[in-house]
Amino acid sequence: MTEYVSTTPGLYPLPDWAKDDLSHLKGHQKHDLISGDEGEEITAVYEEARDEVIGVQEDAGLDRIVEGQLRWDDMLAHPLAVADAVETRGIVRYYDNNNFYREPVVTDDLAATGDIASELEAAADLTDGTLQAVLPGPYSLADLATDEHYGDEADFLAAIADFLADEADAFHDVETLFLLEPSLVENAPADGHDERASEAIDQVAGAVDADVVVHPYWGALEEKVYAHLLDADIDAVGFDFVSNQDDNLYNIQEYGATDDIALGLADGQNTLVEDPEAIRDRVEWVEGQLPTADFETVYLTTNTETFYLPYAKYVEKLEVLAEAADLAEVTPA
Amino acid sequence: MSENKDQFRPEDHENDHFLLTSVVGSYPKPKWLNRAKELYEDDEADFDEDNWQEAKDDAARVITNEHERAGLDTVVDGEMRRNEMVEFFAHRIDGYEFNGPVKVWGHNYFDKPSVVSEVEYDESWLVDEYKYTASATSRPVKVPITGPYTLASWAFNEAYEDDADLAYALADLVNEEIEKLVDAGARYIQIDEPALATTPDDHAIVGEALERIVADIPEEVRIGLHVCYGDYSRIYPEILEFPVDEFDLELANGDYEQLDVFKDPEFTADLALGVCDVHVAEVESVEQMEANIKKGLEIVPPEQLVVSPDCGLKLLPREVAYGKMENMVQAARNVEADLDAGNIDIERETPTPADD
Repeated sequence: MTEYVSTTPGLYPLPDWAKDDLSHLKGHQKHDLISGDEGEEITAVYEEARDEVIGVQEDAGLDRIVEGQLRWDDMLAHPLAVADAVETRGIVRYYDNNNFYREPVVTDDLAATGDIASELEAAADLTDGTLQAVLPGPYSLADLATDEHYGDEADFLAAIADFLADEADAFHDVETLFLLEPSLVENAPADGHDERASEAIDQVAGAVDADVVVHPYWGALEEKVYAHLLDADIDAVGFDFVSNQDDNLYNIQEYGATDDIALGLADGQNTLVEDPEAIRDRVEWVEGQLPTADFETVYLTTNTETFYLPYAKYVEKLEVLAEAADLAEVTPA
Repeated sequence: MSENKDQFRPEDHENDHFLLTSVVGSYPKPKWLNRAKELYEDDEADFDEDNWQEAKDDAARVITNEHERAGLDTVVDGEMRRNEMVEFFAHRIDGYEFNGPVKVWGHNYFDKPSVVSEVEYDESWLVDEYKYTASATSRPVKVPITGPYTLASWAFNEAYEDDADLAYALADLVNEEIEKLVDAGARYIQIDEPALATTPDDHAIVGEALERIVADIPEEVRIGLHVCYGDYSRIYPEILEFPVDEFDLELANGDYEQLDVFKDPEFTADLALGVCDVHVAEVESVEQMEANIKKGLEIVPPEQLVVSPDCGLKLLPREVAYGKMENMVQAARNVEADLDAGNIDIERETPTPADD
């Protein structure tokens, strides 16, 4: 019997009061952003905001609780932005969005910081719910960064994989890990590099004692990239059915899938709030399109991070996902 | 080239050549206007709607006058009444609603609106602003309007099949507004489409939207298009098909690295060239701006050249913004005099024939 698990890829919007407080405390310029050594006052605001978004997830009834990644000023580039061997330089565009992050430039040997493990520990103190960690996938993190040290595309990817694996190794009591890999779609790896991307993902996945979901978004993976990804020892691949239904279905029909699957069915970048019933129906529809659809676990999630949304709409999206998972659970697929 | 530029030549213009000088639109607000806004938003302050209106009128008059003093041939009120380029219009168009701020980067947010139902024209957006500015100056007034593609792209779309459909619906409203502005006397309209730079593959949507915008607008009304901070090679030469008189482009910021993009094929419209950088808080010298203006003459002959800053000046200190305009106008007048005297000999390359 399939278990339906409501969750999110994290990277939440800050509550509006925290947007104001942090604007005042930190400032608006690029040198004001998180570097990993913020002081007491700023830390206190983040703690209160973390408590609030964990409460939102608990109230909504989500099956996995994320820390919220509210400190990730540089979005998926955050783990590098707080690392030692990295300079943050100019503001660059975040994929095709009207959002920007500081370009992280790797200038020396990378070493894990424990920054994300400590966020997770702080989250664990605030909830009895089931924790989910979130990390950028190694391919996306390498894609978002600039290398001025390792010199070679393959070596750089391997270094990023080592770095993320060491970060993940420090996670405790985490049920699930979402590895976000939008770059696999947005800037697909070329021949040869696609295999290395899969190996890098495999390495990070192997570092943590948790179910690992690799979640690409903003479209569907190219066939070869998807085929290579299935070679990695991971528990689930995520599919962004909001932005591309046909090619994602094709990939699953043609190449099969992992035992678990994540379905991005709520739009993380639009304020239009879906009906839980409509999402449940989409789940059934997807399962109906597949030759074998007896997944052990189906994760129901937004297709993207949710920091794009106004706070109140983000809260509504979480409620819808939780309700849709409950509906799917009671309806035989 | 466009035939409607000469109507903006001042009667007492001293040179035979005429390089129309203009600004993109926004300008630093006087500090007291921000203070007045705080008072207006403070429930406990004794500062009502009439006081706030008076403050905005005063600011519009001051900045229009500041543009005149700088010697600009066409002036704007510096967008003193507008807060942000999408928000201002979204508040005036039926179909938009606001749900709170969203992140752009770091702790910079904007109130990104949602389109929740069919967009409809209600009250006029800019006619009062135009009339006031026109009454405050004897110079021609340019009216900047955020374009439909940007109004669509920088909002959540809950109501339309896709962003193209929303952009076309908004283009019809922009057309309606321009008709009202023209009736009120406006002869120079600038459509701002910064979103095109982020999604250049959508240039056909912007083109179709512009066709709707200019439908039934008389030829003597000058229509410009402002696009900034993007890779122009991805939209050129396709944009030459757009039904506009003038392209207002940001090129000083990149030190004219992208200039060659416009050399082949031939630039057939008027070029409003950015000759000063709005992200550098030092005033470029007159000589520097003269050199920049001459870059434009590598693309178009003087008859097709308009002189402008890269983009809106609103993020600069006010005295720096003024200094840039003053030097820009002086540089344009100097280049005109040099052209009159036959001292400028700039070879424009002949574009390569397609079969070469």
